[in-house]
Amino acid sequence: MTEEYSPKGHIHSTESFGTVDGPGVRFVVFFQGCPMRCLYCHNPDTWTPGKGTEMTVEEILREYKRNEVFYKSGGITATGGEPLMQLSFLTALFSAAKKEGIQTCLDTSGIMYQEEKQKEYEKLFQVLDLVLLDIKHSTEEDHKKLTAQSQKHILEFAHALEKAGIPMIVRHVVVPGITDSREHLLRLGKLIGGFRNLKGLEVLPYHTMGEVKYKNLGLDYPLAGLENLSPEKAKEARNIILEGIRQVRTGKS
Amino acid sequence: MRQEWDSFTGGVWEKEINVRDFIQKNYTPYDGDESFLAGPTETTKELWAQVMELSEEERKKGGVLDMDTHIISTITSHGPGYLNKEKEKIVGFQTDKPFKRALQPNGGIRMAVKACEDNGYHVDPEIVEFYTKYRKTHNDGVFDAYSPEMRACRSSHIITGLPDAYGRGRIIGDYRRVALYGVDRLIEDKEEQKAGTRSNMYEDVIRNREELSEQIKALKELKQLGTIYGYDISKPATNVQEAIQWLYFGYLAAIKEQNGAAMSLGRTSTFLDIYAERDLKNGTFTEEQIQEFIDHFIMKLRLVKFARTPEYNALFSGDPTWVTESIGGMGIDGRSMVTKMSFRYLHTLENLGPAPEPNLTVLWSTRLPKNFKRFCAKTSIASSSIQYENDDLMRVTHGDDYAIACCVSSMRVGKEMQFFGARANLAKCLLYAINGGVDEITKKQVGPKYRPITSEYLDYDEVMDRYNDMSRWLSHVYVNALNIIHYMHDKYCYERIQMALHDKNVTRWFATGIAGLSVITDSLSAIKYAKVKTIRDENGIVVDFEVEGDYPKFGNDDDRVDEIAYKIVKDFMHYVGTTQTYRGGIPTTSILTITSNVVYGKNTGATPDGRKAGEPFAPGANPMHGRDSHGAVASLSSVAKLPFKECQDGISNTFSIIPGALGKEDAVILDEAISLGDLSFSMEPDCACCEPNLTVEDDM
Repeated sequence: MTEEYSPKGHIHSTESFGTVDGPGVRFVVFFQGCPMRCLYCHNPDTWTPGKGTEMTVEEILREYKRNEVFYKSGGITATGGEPLMQLSFLTALFSAAKKEGIQTCLDTSGIMYQEEKQKEYEKLFQVLDLVLLDIKHSTEEDHKKLTAQSQKHILEFAHALEKAGIPMIVRHVVVPGITDSREHLLRLGKLIGGFRNLKGLEVLPYHTMGEVKYKNLGLDYPLAGLENLSPEKAKEARNIILEGIRQVRTGKS
Repeated sequence: MRQEWDSFTGGVWEKEINVRDFIQKNYTPYDGDESFLAGPTETTKELWAQVMELSEEERKKGGVLDMDTHIISTITSHGPGYLNKEKEKIVGFQTDKPFKRALQPNGGIRMAVKACEDNGYHVDPEIVEFYTKYRKTHNDGVFDAYSPEMRACRSSHIITGLPDAYGRGRIIGDYRRVALYGVDRLIEDKEEQKAGTRSNMYEDVIRNREELSEQIKALKELKQLGTIYGYDISKPATNVQEAIQWLYFGYLAAIKEQNGAAMSLGRTSTFLDIYAERDLKNGTFTEEQIQEFIDHFIMKLRLVKFARTPEYNALFSGDPTWVTESIGGMGIDGRSMVTKMSFRYLHTLENLGPAPEPNLTVLWSTRLPKNFKRFCAKTSIASSSIQYENDDLMRVTHGDDYAIACCVSSMRVGKEMQFFGARANLAKCLLYAINGGVDEITKKQVGPKYRPITSEYLDYDEVMDRYNDMSRWLSHVYVNALNIIHYMHDKYCYERIQMALHDKNVTRWFATGIAGLSVITDSLSAIKYAKVKTIRDENGIVVDFEVEGDYPKFGNDDDRVDEIAYKIVKDFMHYVGTTQTYRGGIPTTSILTITSNVVYGKNTGATPDGRKAGEPFAPGANPMHGRDSHGAVASLSSVAKLPFKECQDGISNTFSIIPGALGKEDAVILDEAISLGDLSFSMEPDCACCEPNLTVEDDM
């Protein structure tokens, strides 16, 4: 937090009882704005940058501190939207949080990372405890189809995190017919298995809960008609990815 | 020391009736895990299968299997009743057989008759005649004394749910005393109290002496109840099976006499654990046997049944008995009160399967042993049948031997009791303030003819001013109606056995209640921060509102509106405190319409927050449905700002949550085989809410 200037972030909303975005009970800040257009996105209302409520670091932390007793085994999580679209604000928020001893977690696709901006990112890395990295797909081509973006920066971001020694939990959404083939899941495992900072893997089964938001925003739902992935299938998928990770880590393939 | 107390550590409790002292001197805190627990025995399974069959029959018959229509229920009215005499380790039913509901007309004969008629039974005409011509009931007494104003408030539902036609409940006898001391010693104690009353026969002394005599008679009948089942309970229990049985007889006597709105059990598990520990040490019983006693005891508590009308059940959503048992908590000396018996009680949810009754309530402290917390969380996930309440909050005022009556009313066992007080509908009170005391539904003049608000748009200061006058009036009528009710209940439907299991000097809480808190709070917030237009009928009565613009809503941790809620409660209790209360009752309030919110809403017109006429209120102190948009913690924080000091009878904020929203059910962290090192921060779960994350560790 700089004394002379207090930056403002565009915040979609806050959630006081986050239990699925990082360890423990967390205060979750949804950043407004995202460059990705993932077909299964369940927060399309956070896409457009520059909207939402303008909030200062102090305002956000004030909300946190009011109820910090709930977060003693958790912390703060930035998600969105894509928090890295507001890198300097995010850095300011997490710097201030770290000063207060708050555990910080970033949920990101990593898409915004650019090696030229490494210096700025290093400032963020200094105040970052954990990253939930969304890996959308295992090949460049499929990634483009799914998200309309290249995967290049995402992997570079993962490398940067590894170098900085920041623990990373990979999240992967398994969508029936899109990211549920054995071939893909195994390839994904191998892709991420080499990262020394990889500490966890979260497989998120595709769900249709976002559909209603599209309707409210007057958008067509790209995956209309697709059904939820069953918990059993998600568990299966996790095991295949783990198999890939294991292969890389034990050198057996 | 008495032979029954052999190997117990002595103390004041030997010289005076003092169960807490006995517990503190003798209990063994347990911080281990649940691995010692035993499953159900074959006998338990057989008995439970029999219960399930009877339940199914009861369901098929429309909710009631059998009713007594001839015998007025008293402590000794019915012969022994069994599921299977040979197999039951703990015995006793309210009537001569399980699932047969007793006839309890002292609260009101009309209600008792209706409960039977509605279920296809007919009360013996002689009994009806007797209770109409020769013996007055609580209900008759109350209506003899009610003022026209009170009747009007009652029919317009600005005051609702008053215990004027049914048993008030909410009184917990210290049933442990029966086990620890035996009934003879308790009679001796009451005789001594009677000999020690003041000797000038003022009205309160006369009443006190009469009540003590009734208590002594009830205790003598309690001994007889033991005899009916073949036990001599005049002396202290000698082992854990007897202790449970003695204690249960005490409770059984209470539910045979009283059909109270909540007939809670108290805080019995740690007390009983002392006997279990002694028996385990002496080899008297095995763990399996002790669990069997507890399973059979809990089975009995699950079969507590009362004759009630469909309207009563609609008000309370179901057929609840509120057999609340409080478990755990911390001692004021810093030791946890969790014992092996706390585990055994909760374990019945696995041995017998989940059930809403008895209402097993864990007194939660952040300092409870970790193993117990985990076990609670695990059992909660499997059964959805445990209630949790904040021991850290209640221990401050009630110490470490209090229990919960009904759902949240805390009282020190055997030392405090409560006059249950239903609720005042503050949302409706606001409408009366706007309409000058005219009811918005019936259009009758119910409240005083204060000046109504005549402007098209509502002005906050003007509305607040009128509301203050109206709520002052309401609290006065309300407290006075309750004064009548409790006077008559004491007179015609006195809780003899429950009060016999209380100390000489009892603290009486004078409970009131608030319904519609979030409705009135949001309404005032809308008036203050948005624009609220009134819509009037042909006579100028405001019957609807239009809200223009947005306003801060209760349940989002927003001080602008949360302060309004605080003020409403604080002011209301201030007004309640200005009216004399019966028997020196200490005024308190609750905000906990957990189930009746639907009925209250149905009887209340449209409100300035945009709620339409007849729409349900939010339960208890909950934010209105869908208006809290910042998650559970924010909602809880808004509620936590209410003044607990004024609301010691309890504040509730109930919400349901899908399991997935409580945390990850599946492992997230890589297992050891492929992990390259530990996370640098702890992922240790520290509260029940995080329990699903347990798999993070356990699967490693």
